[in-house]
Amino acid sequence: MLDIVQAVLLTVITAATPLLIAAIGELVVERSGVLNLGVEGMMIMGAVVGFAAANQSGSGALGVLAAIVAGMAMSALFGFLVLGLVTNQVATGLALTILGLGVSGMIGEAFIGVPGLRLPKLDIPVLSDIPFIGPVVFQQDAIVYLSFALVGIVSYCLFRTRIGLILRAVGDNHTSAHALGYSVLKVRFLAVLFGGGCAGLAGSYMSLAYTPQWVENMTAGRGWIALALVVFSSWLPMRVIAGAYLFGAVTVLTFHAQALGAGIPSQFLSSLPYLATIVVLVLISANRRLTLVNTPACLGKPFVPDR
Amino acid sequence: MSDVLTRRRQAGEAGTARPATGNLLHARGLTKRFGDILANDHVDLGLNKGEIHALLGENGAGKSTLVKMFYGALEPDGGEIIWQGKPVVIDNPASARALGIGMVFQHFSLFEALTVVENIALALPNPGNMKALAARITDVSEDYGLPLNPQDVVADLPVGIRQRIEIVRCLLQEPQLIIMDEPTSVLTPQEADRLFLTLQRLAGEGCAVLYISHRLEEVQRICHHATILRHGKVVSECDPSLETASSLASMMVGSEVIGVNHGAMAPEPGPVRLKLSGLSAPAATPFATRLNNIDLEVHTGEIIAIAGVAGNGQGELFDAISGEMRVDPGMVVLDGRACGNRDVTWRRRQNAAFVPEERLGHGAVPGLKLSSNIVLTRHGTGDGLVGTGFVSTARAAELEQKIKTTYDVRMSHDDPEARSLSGGNLQKFVVGRELDRNPGVLVVNQPTWGVDAGAAALIRQALIDLARSGSAVLVISQDLDEIFEIADRIAVISRGHLSVPEDARSMTRERVGILMAGGAEKNAGRA
Amino acid sequence: MRIELVKRKEHSRKMALLSPVIAVGLTLVAAAILFAASGTDPFLGLYKFFIEPLTDSWSVQEIIVKATPMVLIACGLAVCYLSNNWNIGAEGQFIFGALCGSFLPIVYPEFETSLTLPLMLVLGALGGAFWALIPAVLKTRFNANEILTSLMLVYVASLLLDYLVRGPWRDPGGYNFPESRLFSEAATLPLIGDGRMSIAAPVAVVVVIVLAIVLARTLKGFEIRVMGESPRAGAFAGFSAKRLTLFAFALAGGLAGLAGTMEVSGSLNQLLPTISPGYGFTAIIVAFLGRLNPVGILVAGFVLALSYIGGEAVQASMGVSDKIASVIQGLLLFFVLACDTLILYRIRLHSRRTTATGEVSRA
Repeated sequence: MLDIVQAVLLTVITAATPLLIAAIGELVVERSGVLNLGVEGMMIMGAVVGFAAANQSGSGALGVLAAIVAGMAMSALFGFLVLGLVTNQVATGLALTILGLGVSGMIGEAFIGVPGLRLPKLDIPVLSDIPFIGPVVFQQDAIVYLSFALVGIVSYCLFRTRIGLILRAVGDNHTSAHALGYSVLKVRFLAVLFGGGCAGLAGSYMSLAYTPQWVENMTAGRGWIALALVVFSSWLPMRVIAGAYLFGAVTVLTFHAQALGAGIPSQFLSSLPYLATIVVLVLISANRRLTLVNTPACLGKPFVPDR
Repeated sequence: MSDVLTRRRQAGEAGTARPATGNLLHARGLTKRFGDILANDHVDLGLNKGEIHALLGENGAGKSTLVKMFYGALEPDGGEIIWQGKPVVIDNPASARALGIGMVFQHFSLFEALTVVENIALALPNPGNMKALAARITDVSEDYGLPLNPQDVVADLPVGIRQRIEIVRCLLQEPQLIIMDEPTSVLTPQEADRLFLTLQRLAGEGCAVLYISHRLEEVQRICHHATILRHGKVVSECDPSLETASSLASMMVGSEVIGVNHGAMAPEPGPVRLKLSGLSAPAATPFATRLNNIDLEVHTGEIIAIAGVAGNGQGELFDAISGEMRVDPGMVVLDGRACGNRDVTWRRRQNAAFVPEERLGHGAVPGLKLSSNIVLTRHGTGDGLVGTGFVSTARAAELEQKIKTTYDVRMSHDDPEARSLSGGNLQKFVVGRELDRNPGVLVVNQPTWGVDAGAAALIRQALIDLARSGSAVLVISQDLDEIFEIADRIAVISRGHLSVPEDARSMTRERVGILMAGGAEKNAGRA
Repeated sequence: MRIELVKRKEHSRKMALLSPVIAVGLTLVAAAILFAASGTDPFLGLYKFFIEPLTDSWSVQEIIVKATPMVLIACGLAVCYLSNNWNIGAEGQFIFGALCGSFLPIVYPEFETSLTLPLMLVLGALGGAFWALIPAVLKTRFNANEILTSLMLVYVASLLLDYLVRGPWRDPGGYNFPESRLFSEAATLPLIGDGRMSIAAPVAVVVVIVLAIVLARTLKGFEIRVMGESPRAGAFAGFSAKRLTLFAFALAGGLAGLAGTMEVSGSLNQLLPTISPGYGFTAIIVAFLGRLNPVGILVAGFVLALSYIGGEAVQASMGVSDKIASVIQGLLLFFVLACDTLILYRIRLHSRRTTATGEVSRA
């Protein structure tokens, strides 16, 4: 019994990690006042580029790095349009997703069916020998630890440092920030790049750890779920952890329910994460006071500086 | 402090037409162009240490553009700025602050979601430890009589306190020049008096104040020197204490200012056309104001003006009367018919008309042509604009021409998009669109906000004429001058409570000020 | 040197017409680069992709077959986007509409009357509208983000389709293949021409004409535009944002559902696990390339359909991956959005004066 619980916990962690990373990146983007709906597109690019680079170089670390760069490149394109040319943020984010799905399909064609590389698990000596807890907590790959570190760093920076204060200020009122002499577009561009890097990283986790192979469209809506998680968290980093693990758990439970053959058609179980996203969004959004207070006031609004 | 003030005053009196140089800041030939508009045309201005210097001019004269260049928020296209004898390039607000120039913005540059201390830290180069900063804020703000709680979130604070944050933010930078853009427009008269004391103390300490205002009495009261801008050029300089309010006004406008003609008021108030009874509504968002049991009767032939500091429920009151916010039926009664739960079109069909505060984006759609903007408020009022679901563009164009000529709306070409009109012209259009219907009840929020004197005079006269012709007019305004100019009775709104309207002839500014600061709320329980 | 956007006083009519053309031009350049990068002659690639399909009657008809659902869907999406309702789940509405439209010929195959087809189309449209009204109601009632909810329902609809064709609706005489029975004659859309073109194409043209009139001339069209540009002014005009949200979603879903039903009834003649190569998403590009104008959408639908056929053509004749089509589609949307900036802004290159801190003087 304990073995099953342990196995479930391990898969929950793997399922939750990409969501957590992508969502924390998007949280930073949205805190700066930009809505980047292209997370799915950046993630899938990260997945394919990460897979390809790891496959070609034989190094998982290089794969991850390449994926981060790919995500950032995609987000830079988005940032140029949305910040430089003040295009509609929703439409541009969609365009980024459509483009990412197309380009990844093209790059990935050569890698379909190619066996992948799995990121090594870090084995923290002694601690990983603790029964039950050891393998769950101290025998994960580096990105799992990194995901928690990211949340901690983002949370600290956002609320305890000057950079975070400026970021929140830009997201709250870009006109005021500009009047005080802050470069709204620069701050936002950097935030967008950070979000892109996180999405790329999350994508590489899909193709290097979650299911170490390349399958077209393999992110399967996780980028969108990450966007929903940001709303769920009401823009507070720590709550992203809760959301990501909740969704990781839902995803994994559907697998295990299938394995147990509970007689429920597999399609119904597979649709659970999507339905859960809708339910969670409704529950959170219905409480206007909760959402309004933390929503960055300038979210999605265009800004053109005058000089 | 007082002897410095006296000295300054004497210096001012000694040289009325002094040369435009100053020992603190000297602008030479500053020029700024926006597209084809020359917002500042070779402006010269001199500022001395310890001087309260007024910058006067109509809306659109170029005052804000000029001070934004001093503050590094705009880049000049020509000319130079000399600071303490040395030419400088102020390329962003941070370098302005490093020089010792601070600015208090008219519409504030604050962040609602952040606390007072966070807001202030954002304007300091090295704010250091937040706890220490909070302590300094408490000290400085109390020292200057502007107490602040550093941990308050700005969204929860009234506008008067918000302005304090801006001022304290400047003070903490130990400025040599503070620029204030229309600082009293958001204050009660009493709060304004307190501000003047602060300014005089600063001047006494050697800090210069560049004071933008259109309220001439206060300029005469506290300023040592004045520079007057018109169409982007300096047209005159003077010692305001040696001028009269009307001579200052004509320097600003370039001609004699026309007062409004009140016409004969009906000896007896006519029947009630708009009645609010027990109007209450909860705040729709955490940032909104709730309306508390408001009673009001507006009669045929009269103008009632509602005074109040911004953000005290004016917008909510307007929405409740117009029908954009629904309330219980009996709370709003138009010509005897309860309509609190009816929509805005229904109320317009009852011959009511509304002009909101925000011209672009509420009263008019920026990207639509003027003729389409006529359809916006008149599609349901039997003006022949809509037949079996189809819009008549010909009829819309016809009405547009009529309103354009009747209300002197000036435009560069025929039927432009609303966004291309100047503030004054768009306001004439938005008001004219409603007056053209000859409404029985007209409710206007901020009829002349940000509008040039010519347009303001035209609009005010039109409101008076409408009332005298038998309509009931309700004006919501933050401009006390305007209120005393046109109102027959005056009520005051504060934190969603409305005072009992009083006859404008016996009302004083002091009394309005007391009511603005909450004096009306005590009466609230009565009704 | 820096790029500066200068806001125009009014929308530029010239640029509104020109921007999609510039975008298509830029896409051609990008496509040429793509072909060159994948080791083929860029001019031959462009010819095979964009020109050759137009020279042959069969492939022109194929283009129209593909353009039809996208035009129908994009018309509905245009109403949504014009009114600021971000429905991106048309793919799901297309699928769910197709499911509802297929109910009669699959569950009651013996019901073969002249009413069968009209009933199928009505059911399909109602089904699509129902699927679209879910995010609409969640938005108006609970303030839930319609972008995310409408998209999530795409996955749910695809899984539902998958379940039905593998489960209860599988063809009993179909050797266990995941597909439904073939539709009867009475349930098949009449064909026109000598290819696969059905009467769906003229239906789409009628929808385009009606919608163009509604948007340009009626009060409803006025309401849609006002609410999109300025919801506050729309409320002041007495229009209800919530009612319009429901209307826009229902219309878009209805049209998508109609398109889905016509696709299965006219082109596929049965349900398969996949019935759309992403029409619902590509229609988003169609809507924007057509500048949210029905007539523009008609042209744009043709362009995007051409890109599908062109993709197949270059794969068949040059061995270039047909994925290039979706890359080109994605690039096209980017260029369209970027060029739309020119409608409201002038782009000015601005040379910066000597920058310095406040202390340093200018020469």
